[in-house]
Amino acid sequence: MVKKILIREEYCIGCRLCEVFCITEHSKTKDIIKTFKGNEPRPVSGIYFEEVGYISFAIQCRHCQDPPCVESCLTGAMYKNRKTGAILYNKEKCVGCWMCVMVCPLGVIKVDLKNKKVASKCDLCIESGFPACVKNCPNEAIILVDEKGERIEE
Amino acid sequence: MKKEKGLKNRKYVIVGNSIAGVSCIEGIREIDSDGEIYVFSDEEYFNYSRPLISYYLEGRLKENQLNFKEIDFYKKNRINLFLKTKCEKIDLDRKILYTTSGNFEFNYIFLGTGGKPILPKIEGIENTEKGTFTFTKLNDAKKLKKYFEEKEIKKVVILGGGLIGLKCAEGFLGKGISLTVIELSDKILPNTFDSLASEIIENKLKENNCEIIKENTIEKIISKNGILKEIVLKDGKKISLDVLVIAIGVFPNTDLIEGTKVEKNKGIIVDEYMRTNFPFVFAGGDVAETYEFEGIKTVIPIWPRASKQGKIAGINMAGGDKKYEGMFIMNSVDFIGISTISFGITNPKNEKDYEILKKVDYEKRIYRKIVIKENRIVGAIFLGDIERAGIICGLIRNKVDIHLIKKFLIDDKFGLLILPESYRKHIVKGEGIEV
Ligand SMILES: Cc1cc2nc3c(=O)[nH]c(=O)nc-3n(C[C@H](O)[C@H](O)[C@H](O)COP(=O)(O)OP(=O)(O)OC[C@H]3O[C@@H](n4cnc5c(N)ncnc54)[C@H](O)[C@@H]3O)c2cc1C
Repeated sequence: MVKKILIREEYCIGCRLCEVFCITEHSKTKDIIKTFKGNEPRPVSGIYFEEVGYISFAIQCRHCQDPPCVESCLTGAMYKNRKTGAILYNKEKCVGCWMCVMVCPLGVIKVDLKNKKVASKCDLCIESGFPACVKNCPNEAIILVDEKGERIEE
Repeated sequence: MKKEKGLKNRKYVIVGNSIAGVSCIEGIREIDSDGEIYVFSDEEYFNYSRPLISYYLEGRLKENQLNFKEIDFYKKNRINLFLKTKCEKIDLDRKILYTTSGNFEFNYIFLGTGGKPILPKIEGIENTEKGTFTFTKLNDAKKLKKYFEEKEIKKVVILGGGLIGLKCAEGFLGKGISLTVIELSDKILPNTFDSLASEIIENKLKENNCEIIKENTIEKIISKNGILKEIVLKDGKKISLDVLVIAIGVFPNTDLIEGTKVEKNKGIIVDEYMRTNFPFVFAGGDVAETYEFEGIKTVIPIWPRASKQGKIAGINMAGGDKKYEGMFIMNSVDFIGISTISFGITNPKNEKDYEILKKVDYEKRIYRKIVIKENRIVGAIFLGDIERAGIICGLIRNKVDIHLIKKFLIDDKFGLLILPESYRKHIVKGEGIEV
């Protein structure tokens, strides 16, 4: 089943907790204190947070149906999971050609220029099964829905 | 997309097993899971990404890291794959493809034969058996590598300062080889960059001991017993050398349809379904000439286009119904550690018809340029800092009116929040979901 994360920007209060929990979820220990205060390398958030004046908003990969990033990837690193429809990527294969960055109309693929790897991209929290940003958004600005648009709660 | 009635057990043949051919397989299988598919390649590799051959030359990737599809892709999709097989002739009346591995009947054929390197008419070029190379295939990169292992190479000259030439040049940097790039135009990367962006890359190349000669070309090649010795330039300058790489561009490889009634201009002409003037003959990728963005009929030899066109052709061959919407030229290339992305018109001829926004940091080698015409972005360059460049790609493709947000386009605040709200909501919501 294809799930989708919805952004309701009018509800965003700019707390950036989505980022904090995204980073924690993708860390080795998945422990918030160890992730931020320990000495393990801290992952990059899969969410882009933007703020201009009073408006703020957080967005991550929309997992497009016809993903231009997959179509443009020179190495086959970026791919679509046939079952879930999630757009995922294989870090091993990535060489940092940035074709995905070039074509993503949302500009939500972050780059690690030094190591020539896609630094991060939302994976819908495949490991835990429920997106950390959705779970931890205090004002329901980020919610999860199914194909029909019905809200899914954990 | 429903499968057309009538034809059961369709037989498909695909010529070329690169990105266009492979995407065609994916397109067919989206709709038709039973049809028989035969794929032919005159190369011996089960697939590899052509743009990665420079990474291989450089030594950054090994041969077994170059494939963009795993080997089980062919098994999963039940493909009859014929490697080292050249397709020689198509009989369009009887629908038979003649190959070096036998003859194959088909209902539908896809031509994904890509491009061929352009070889200039230079005096003496026919006499150099050793030392002169092209650089578009893995075997070219392998031959080059081997030549370097066998001979002591001191001087390399690359003819062509475009993308392929410079990517090849990069493979020789830092190896104690004297290197020269010769470019006919007054700047390197003339098709995708403006003078400033070219200059930044040129300076970086020079810092890495690569000589750049512009507004010049090779007029004569001198060999001795078939071995390359010396070149003479248009201005009379002579250069002794061990290796010459010719990288002045590629041209659609239409060999297979020569002598048939399949229409071609520069490339094989196809409609928005990727169909030629024969309803069962399809083409896509570097061999195909299509209506592109803004209705311009042309061939744009880039990977994403081949990928998209192959897929659309496959869907339509299998009885689906999908149209190609056209693309504009774009590329993302890293030159000696400087990442660059360019879109569309980056260097308009009549500058006064356009509005141009620029931001430059010479020290850090960061440059951004946005080219606007009638309140729409028609081109852009990102150099050094490419983060979020894709947003511009979307604004160009969707022809978004940007007159209210102009001042933010090269601002640090550039992002989704500055976009017109209706457009932002449109792209944020994705397929079929209300925000
Ligand atoms: C060095 C280099 C770097 C590049 N970098 C980039 C980049 O950074 N970004 C980008 O977008 N694009 C890049 N490109 C261009 C990109 O590789 C092409 O656009 C893409 O490969 C086109 O795919 P295609 O499937 O149409 O054709 P091709 O990849 O050319 O494949 C055609 C295949 O068909 C085979 N074939 C041809 N005729 C026959 C026949 N008669 N019988 C059997 N087989 C046949 C050929 O041998 C070949 O394997 C680069 C190209 C090169 C060479």
